[in-house]
Amino acid sequence: MPRGEATIGRVMAQMAMVMNLDKCIGCHTCSVTCKQAWTNRTGVEYVWFNNVETRPGQGYPRRYEDQEKWRGGWELNKRGNLTLKAGGRFKKLITIFSNPVLPSLDDYYEPWTYDYETLTNAPLQEHTPVARPKSLITGKDMKIAWSANWDDDLGGSVDHGDKDVLLNQVSEKVKFEFEQTFMFYLPRICEHCLNPSCAASCPSGAIYKREEDGIVLVDQDRCRGWRMCVTGCPYKKVYFNHRTGKAEKCTFCFPRVEVGLPTVCSETCVGRLRYLGLVLYDADRVLEAASTPDDTDLYEAQRQVFLDPHDPAVVRAAEKAGIPRDWIEAAQRSPVHALINTYKVALPLHPEYRTLPMVWYIPPLSPVVDAVRDTGEDAEDHRNLFAAVESLRIPVDYLAQLFTAGDPVPVDAVLRRLAAMRAYMRDINLGREPDASIPAAVGMGEEQMYDMYRLLALAKYDERYVIPPAHAEQAHKLEELATECSLDYEGGPGMGGSGPFGESSGGSAPIAVENFHVLRDRQTADTPAAPTDKATRVNLLSWDGKGSPSGLFPDRPSDGSEADGKAEPKP
Amino acid sequence: MTAPAQPLTLAAQAGTGGTLLWAVLPYVSLAVFVLGHIWRYRYDKFGWTTRSSQLYERRLLRIGSPLFHFGILVVLLGHIGGLVIPKGWTEAVGVSEHTYHIGAVVLGTTAGVATLGGLAILIYRRRTVGPVFSATTRNDKAMYVSLTLTIALGLSATVAANVVGGGYDYRETISPWFRSLFYLQPDPDLMTGVPVLFQLHAASALLLFAAWPFTRLVHMLTAPLGYLTRPYIVYRSRDTRLGSRPPRRGWERVG
Repeated sequence: MPRGEATIGRVMAQMAMVMNLDKCIGCHTCSVTCKQAWTNRTGVEYVWFNNVETRPGQGYPRRYEDQEKWRGGWELNKRGNLTLKAGGRFKKLITIFSNPVLPSLDDYYEPWTYDYETLTNAPLQEHTPVARPKSLITGKDMKIAWSANWDDDLGGSVDHGDKDVLLNQVSEKVKFEFEQTFMFYLPRICEHCLNPSCAASCPSGAIYKREEDGIVLVDQDRCRGWRMCVTGCPYKKVYFNHRTGKAEKCTFCFPRVEVGLPTVCSETCVGRLRYLGLVLYDADRVLEAASTPDDTDLYEAQRQVFLDPHDPAVVRAAEKAGIPRDWIEAAQRSPVHALINTYKVALPLHPEYRTLPMVWYIPPLSPVVDAVRDTGEDAEDHRNLFAAVESLRIPVDYLAQLFTAGDPVPVDAVLRRLAAMRAYMRDINLGREPDASIPAAVGMGEEQMYDMYRLLALAKYDERYVIPPAHAEQAHKLEELATECSLDYEGGPGMGGSGPFGESSGGSAPIAVENFHVLRDRQTADTPAAPTDKATRVNLLSWDGKGSPSGLFPDRPSDGSEADGKAEPKP
Repeated sequence: MTAPAQPLTLAAQAGTGGTLLWAVLPYVSLAVFVLGHIWRYRYDKFGWTTRSSQLYERRLLRIGSPLFHFGILVVLLGHIGGLVIPKGWTEAVGVSEHTYHIGAVVLGTTAGVATLGGLAILIYRRRTVGPVFSATTRNDKAMYVSLTLTIALGLSATVAANVVGGGYDYRETISPWFRSLFYLQPDPDLMTGVPVLFQLHAASALLLFAAWPFTRLVHMLTAPLGYLTRPYIVYRSRDTRLGSRPPRRGWERVG
C-alpha cells in the first residue's frame, strides 16, 4: 500500500472473519452450536447470535434490511456528516420510554418447546398422544407460524422470495420462474464493526469496542435495558434478553479467541468456510471512510482503512501503538487480510450501512456455474464462466445489493477471479499444461492463483484460523486460564442460584466459576435433570475408594426391618 | 421495607406520632434510600435495569409509557419548584401567590392526570397482557401499589385542596418542613395542621423512597444523561486488574 509513515495514524488490530459462501451447504451447524454455547438460556430463546439465511429470502428478523422501516446504521445528513439513521442523542433520549422502531417478537418469532411429558405420562388411550407446541413466552399452546429459518431453502419461491428487501431494489424485474431462480446461504453473526452504530446508540455507554482485538461487547453490568442498540444495529444482531432486561450480542467467542481457539461457529463449520485472522487498520481514518459521500465507494474506502502488515512503516507504527510483535506477525499471516486485500475476493456485507463491518464474504460463484451447466455448456471453462458473469445480471445485481451497495463492478471482478481459479486449477488437476493466460485475464499471477486456491480449497486448519492468543504476560488476566484461583472473587465459590431480586439479580459469576458449577453438577448428577432421590445416590466416578458414602451400600439390617426390606434386591 | 414501617406503628403506640412521623421517618427513609442504592449498586449491578417489556407488547406501551414518564418528570419538577424553592424567592422575582397558585394547580393537575392515566394504562397492560403479567414479580406488584397510592394521594390532595376547596398554601407549612429536614433542624410541628391528604401523600412518599432501592425504580438514578456528552464509540481495554479479584495486601505485583 503506497503510504508514507507520516500518514499512518493510530494503528489498531481487529479480529475479523471471512466466510466463503460457495462452501456453505446450509446445514445450520454453526447456528446450533452457537446456540448451545451462548443462548440456550431463558430470555434469549428467540435469539440466534449466528443464523443462516436463505437468499433471496426475508432473513431474521424478517426484512431486517429494510432500513427505511428499521432505521439501523448511519447515514449522511445534508451537510455530509455522519449521523445515526434512527436519530441523534436528543431524539434517542426523547423516545427512550417507548422505542418507536424496536422489532417486536413477531418480527423474530415466538419461541416454543414441546410438551414431551405428555408422551410418557399420558394414560392408555385409543389415539397416540402428541407433544403439543407450547409457547416459551406465554406458556400456552401455540400455533407455530414462523422461526429463525422458516423460509429455509425456499429462496426465490413465490411465497417468500418476493418479500426479500433486496430484490425490490434490483433493477430488472425478477420473475420467479424456474430457470431464473438461484439460491445461496448467508450465515450471519455480529459484524464487530469498526464504526459500530449499536455502541453509538447505547445511552448508557455499555457497548464498547475492545482496544486489543476490536471485539464489540455489551457490559452486562452497565446495560440498563434502554433498547436503543437493537434499533441502532442495521444487521439486527443485538438482542434484548426479555428475562434479564439486558442487551446481548455475539461475543466473537472471546473466551476462546483469547486463548487462540477459533469461535464455536468456525470450529464446528462443516464446510470449513470460515476464516479468522487479524486485520490492522488506521483508527484515525475510520470516520473519514464511513463518511464517504457515495454509497458505492464505501467498499473501496473501507479497504483503504486497512493497513498492509508487510509494510515496514506500518510495522513500526503498530509497534509504536503497542501491538505485540507476535500479533503483527499473525496479521502478516492473516487469511482475512489476504482474502480482502491481496486476492480481493472478500466483500463486506451491506457497506451502505456505514458501520464498516468486519465479517466479510466471498460471494458465491455457484449461481453462475449452475446456470452455465443448465445450458449444457462446459461449466468449468473460464470463457463460458466469464461470459455468464457478464450476462447473468440477476444474481450479480443481487449480490451487488448485498455486498457493494448495488455496484456490480467489484462483484463481477470477484466472480471472474473465482471462475478463473476454477478453470486454471482444472487444468492442473487433470494433468494438463496450466494456462497462464487464465490468471492473467483477471490480473493475477500463476503462483498467486495457486496460493489463493490453497487458501480457499484446501483450507488447512492452521491456515484458516490464525489467532494470536491474548498476551502470555497478560494471561493471568484471562479467566479461562485461571492461573490464579478463579474461585477467589467477591461473593466466593458458594455462588450459584440467584439474588434476592429474582433470577436476573446478583453479581455475575466469572465464566470459570460457571463452568465449575456446571461440571460439578454434571459429575454428581446421574440424569440431565436433578433427580429427586439425588441425596441417596452415589457417583462411583467421584468415589476414591475410601470411606463409604451414604447410599453406596444398602443399610445394615440392624437399622430396622423397613430399611432391610428396601435394600433387598428385587427378583 | 418493613423496617421503616416500624416507627409508624410505634408512633401510634407511643403517642409521639408527630415526631416519629415527620422527624424520624424522613431520616430513616432517606438513609435507607441512600445506603440502599449504594448497597444495590455494589451487590446487584446486573439487576439494575429497566426490565423493559416492550418486546412482549408495544401498542399500549407506546401510549402509556411516555404519558407516565413525561408526566412524572413534570411532577418531579413541580415538586422541586414547590418544596425546594422558598416562597420568598418566587415573590422576590415578582410571582405573586395567586399566579404561582394558578400555575401550580394547572400544571400539577395536568401532569398528575397524565401520570395517573399513563400508570393506569401500564397497569392495565401489565395485568391483561399474558407475557407481561408472567414477567411481573411480587416485588413489582408491591412497587406498583406503593407508587400508585402515592401518586393518587398526591393528585387527590391537590384536587381536593386547591380545586374543590378554597386552596391550600403548602408553601407555608410543608415546604419549610421539607427544607428543615436538610438543615438538620427538623420541625415536625409544621406538619401537624396540614390537611390529611397531604399528610398521607407525604407519608406514603417516604415509605416509597425507603422501598425505592429494592425495586426496579432504581433505573431512574441511572437516567442516561451522560449520553448527551460522551463520544459515540466507546473503546475499552480488557480488564487491567490481574485475576478476578484485587490482590491481597502485601501481594501486589511489582512492575
